[in-house]
Amino acid sequence: MKTTWIIAKRELNSYFDSLTAYIVLILFLGFSGLFTWILGNDIFMVGQASLRSFFGVAYWTLFIFIPALTMRLIAEENRSGTIELLLTKPVTDRQLVGGKFLAALLLVIIALAFTLPYVITVASIGNLDQGAVFCGYLGLILLSAVYISIGLYASSVTSNQIVAFLIAIFIGLFFQIIFDMLARTFNGVTGQVFNFLSVSTHFESMSRGVIDTKDLIYFLSLMILALKMAEDSLAKRNA
Amino acid sequence: MDINVENITKTYGRQKAVDRISFHVKTGEVLGFLGPNGAGKTTTMKMITNFLLPEEGNIYIGGKSMLEDADELKKHIGYLPENNPLYMEMPIMDYLQFSAEILGIPKDKIPERIHEMVRVCGLNAEKHKKIGELSKGYRQRVGLAQAMIHDPEILILDEPTSGLDPNQIVEIRKLIRELGKEKTVILSTHILQEVEATCDRILIINKGKIVADGTAETLSRQVQGQELLHVKIEDGDPNEIFKALQELPTVSLVDFTDRQKNKFEVQSKPEMNSNRDIFNLCKSRGWVLTEMIPVETKLEDIFRELTMN
Repeated sequence: MKTTWIIAKRELNSYFDSLTAYIVLILFLGFSGLFTWILGNDIFMVGQASLRSFFGVAYWTLFIFIPALTMRLIAEENRSGTIELLLTKPVTDRQLVGGKFLAALLLVIIALAFTLPYVITVASIGNLDQGAVFCGYLGLILLSAVYISIGLYASSVTSNQIVAFLIAIFIGLFFQIIFDMLARTFNGVTGQVFNFLSVSTHFESMSRGVIDTKDLIYFLSLMILALKMAEDSLAKRNA
Repeated sequence: MDINVENITKTYGRQKAVDRISFHVKTGEVLGFLGPNGAGKTTTMKMITNFLLPEEGNIYIGGKSMLEDADELKKHIGYLPENNPLYMEMPIMDYLQFSAEILGIPKDKIPERIHEMVRVCGLNAEKHKKIGELSKGYRQRVGLAQAMIHDPEILILDEPTSGLDPNQIVEIRKLIRELGKEKTVILSTHILQEVEATCDRILIINKGKIVADGTAETLSRQVQGQELLHVKIEDGDPNEIFKALQELPTVSLVDFTDRQKNKFEVQSKPEMNSNRDIFNLCKSRGWVLTEMIPVETKLEDIFRELTMN
């Protein structure tokens, strides 16, 4: 655990040193702020003190920004060869993946923490359902964890950051929207399966303020699966 | 801690990069890996440092199996990989701090170790720069610093002096010699003088197999076999001298190296010395023997002999 944390700390520092962190924070807050407060179907149109429109916006901004955060994580180590230096230290493949995952997740959590003023603002306008807000944030964090894991897997299979970004977006699109569209096209069991696979199904129920173990299991198992795949693809150097 | 490599094999696609290699390195020994490019030196090192797993065979360090105790054993190894990969965007001091932490050096010892490495590797003047801003030589020093920061019992150095200037090369070789007195060191290089200057023992690898193992002297004896002399004999007709030399009972082969200057290369028959016969020949014919130099087989020749086929 300590090793994982040392790796996470270095990655997090590297995000801030390379300005990536600031750019992502500004863009994330800028976009989500713009669409939540000013443009489109914004928070004032709903007519009640709720953050659901913000969660809807963050659902998409995170989908786009997370692959940009994760694309570098392993691909760059593959390209420069530093992966060899890292893995010949007392570091296991799992600790490496875990550390990188933790760093990206922490950065997302920091970004989300900067949106807490939204909560305070809305709470001062009307009677805010605090449970729903908590669930919404939890949903965003779980959603991010899934996309970070997918992004890490994408980053582990290549030494090219752009390729890693595109693979992550490609895989992510299925969970983000394609499975949802398929669920609407098919009836019966097939439709239900696609519906279950879609992230939006689970995220929406959470942002409404309902925590169901089914949703938690969905997010956690996707996350573990993708992290395991990333770990396996690191071990492929031996094949 | 000693290193015992037993029958390790690694294939890339169809090609056997390392083919059932076995050797043993004792504590306090500096082992030099020699071999042409693509011979399997780097792959072997990657397996000893547990970056790659051998397909067959195993590696024992201090008697413990690398397949079972890798995480424990890796703490005792300092490794400088080929091409010296480093995090370019990190400042040197942060990088050394990171390396020290991840190697599990106790928190209170870290500043002292970093200070020591900065001193030993001569990084003081540049220590606040980012690694990406450094010249190749300084990067190599950072690579060496991270390999030695935890004072490991085993050092694996893949081309440690590449990119260094001649002064630095001398310093680093001296450092390796010093470290080699109490640690186990394996270094690879294609600079032959480096092996002669730093290593107690030489391992020549070609096409994934060990083709020679021993000290510089034992290797040259093994290859040489027959005595070789360069002689210069004056005051006589070169062809006549050539014939006379060839007729000596101890001589197997004579060759001109420079006909105008009466220079010859004389190879003795196996296990025989011809220098006395040559001297007596000159004395009886009234020729003047102005040069007689025994030729030692150089490491270059051994290397070429064993790896060219």
